Amino acid sequence: MNTETITFENENSVIQKDSTVVRMEHLKKSFGNNHVLRDINLVINKGENVVILGQSGTGKSVLIKCIVGLEDIDEGELEILGENFAELNNKQLIEIRKKIGFLFQSGALYDSMTVRENLEFPLRRKSESISKDKMNELVIEALHNVGLDEAINKSPSELSGGMRKRLGLARTLILKPEIMLYDEPTTGLDPITSKEISNLILEVQKKYNTSSVIITHDIECARLTGNRIIILKEGICTTEGTYEELERSEDQWIRSFFE
Amino acid sequence: MIKHNLIKYFNKFKKLYLHQSNDQLNDVDTNQENFSEINLNSLLNKFFLEVTSIATFTFRFFKEVIKPPYEFNELIKQSFLIGYKSFPLIAITGFIIGLVLTIQTRPTLAKFGAQSWLPAMVAVSIIREIGPVITALIFAGKVGSGIGAELASMKVTEQIDAMQVSDTNPFKYLVVTRVVSATFMLPILVVLSDAIALCGSYVGVNIKGNVSTYLFVTQIFQSLEFQDILPAVIKTFFFGFAIGLIGCYEGYNSNKGTEGVGKSANSAVVFASLMVFIIDMMAVQITSLFQN
Repeated sequence: MNTETITFENENSVIQKDSTVVRMEHLKKSFGNNHVLRDINLVINKGENVVILGQSGTGKSVLIKCIVGLEDIDEGELEILGENFAELNNKQLIEIRKKIGFLFQSGALYDSMTVRENLEFPLRRKSESISKDKMNELVIEALHNVGLDEAINKSPSELSGGMRKRLGLARTLILKPEIMLYDEPTTGLDPITSKEISNLILEVQKKYNTSSVIITHDIECARLTGNRIIILKEGICTTEGTYEELERSEDQWIRSFFE
Repeated sequence: MIKHNLIKYFNKFKKLYLHQSNDQLNDVDTNQENFSEINLNSLLNKFFLEVTSIATFTFRFFKEVIKPPYEFNELIKQSFLIGYKSFPLIAITGFIIGLVLTIQTRPTLAKFGAQSWLPAMVAVSIIREIGPVITALIFAGKVGSGIGAELASMKVTEQIDAMQVSDTNPFKYLVVTRVVSATFMLPILVVLSDAIALCGSYVGVNIKGNVSTYLFVTQIFQSLEFQDILPAVIKTFFFGFAIGLIGCYEGYNSNKGTEGVGKSANSAVVFASLMVFIIDMMAVQITSLFQN
């Protein structure tokens, strides 16, 4: 990672240009004959929220799964926090993963555990020596951050869609990651809850100065959360810019996302 | 020639099990012989891919089971869920099997005036064969399908991916613990089930007779030998291992979607039950080899 930083503040956070946390060059990924990612070139800076827009099946989710190592890349270069992914051994990969948070589309809560156990699970995996009191403190803080203080002893099946998303976010944030990956965070939620989740994403960015990649079809979420928007088309990042720039694009296809 | 015969048998199979008429098959034979070859090839490919996949999965299990860190807490939790929670069902089934077997056997023995052999005969049947096999089948239905459905739904809802992201080896956490639990819990359940089945048998004997507990127990112990009990218990470890492994394999490799959850649960029960019979057959052969 480049240590020389030129910082500027936007209304949400401090984005450090020239301080790259994710860099992809000519990244390719196929499933059999299905070439999902054809040539991805992407840079994400420290403290920046990048929204990726695109039609269904263009490889948005695959892209963020490559970042966290859930999918192996076929070709190209992927650098996370200054480390080349291809050169990492298993131990180093685990260390990098600890710095990345992933909010799954469904929340991916462990149904067999209570809300408290869901939050304790990543903490136990990270450090076995963590005391019970410290763990309790972190769990309560994480739930408080997402406004779920009351749900601590409930099971995931008792929670609403919005609450599940918040709990998923709390579970991810409890490890204080440097990079956050959001896979369609507002899908299936009503407009009010969607806005609440978008505001939470902004709060996370502001509070922890995380860099985020947000995959979404929700244009309001993109407007609220994104410092930069990238359009993915047929496995290639075709266009990028701010919300306002892309909204005024001359390309009718790009404008159609914002209508 | 071999290929021709294979195609012939494949068509016979389709006729029998896929209900295709002779005309349909003749059409395929005369007009599209290549079609049969392609079908046969794809079927064989699928079969060998599946066998390779199961072998790889089993090999990975043995690799992960010896490699630290060990998931002791999850192992204890799974042993409780798999063993303790299955006990009521196994107990009821065992009691009924012992009772029914005794009642059904009595008339045949009575014809030969051999009613006094009833406790001994039932005990040998239960300990050697019926107890382990019936318990394993019930276990496959409850635990095998449960594991298959649970892991498949975890895959569908991305919980397995979430574990991987949370610095957890999902194979070790989910598969190894469940397979080890199933392997060690089934023999315990079988021993308990055998004991309960003998209690059922005692009730069955006394419905139309009057045999004291002391006489019943003495007859049982006189009829049983060490070589009746040990092989029967040893094979249950293999039953448990197969049931756990097949359940985990089907769930862990489930296709995405809710349909996959049902299919995984179903396949887990079917293949695990089949494996129980295959292992039983092999165990009987091996045991008789040593006895001779």
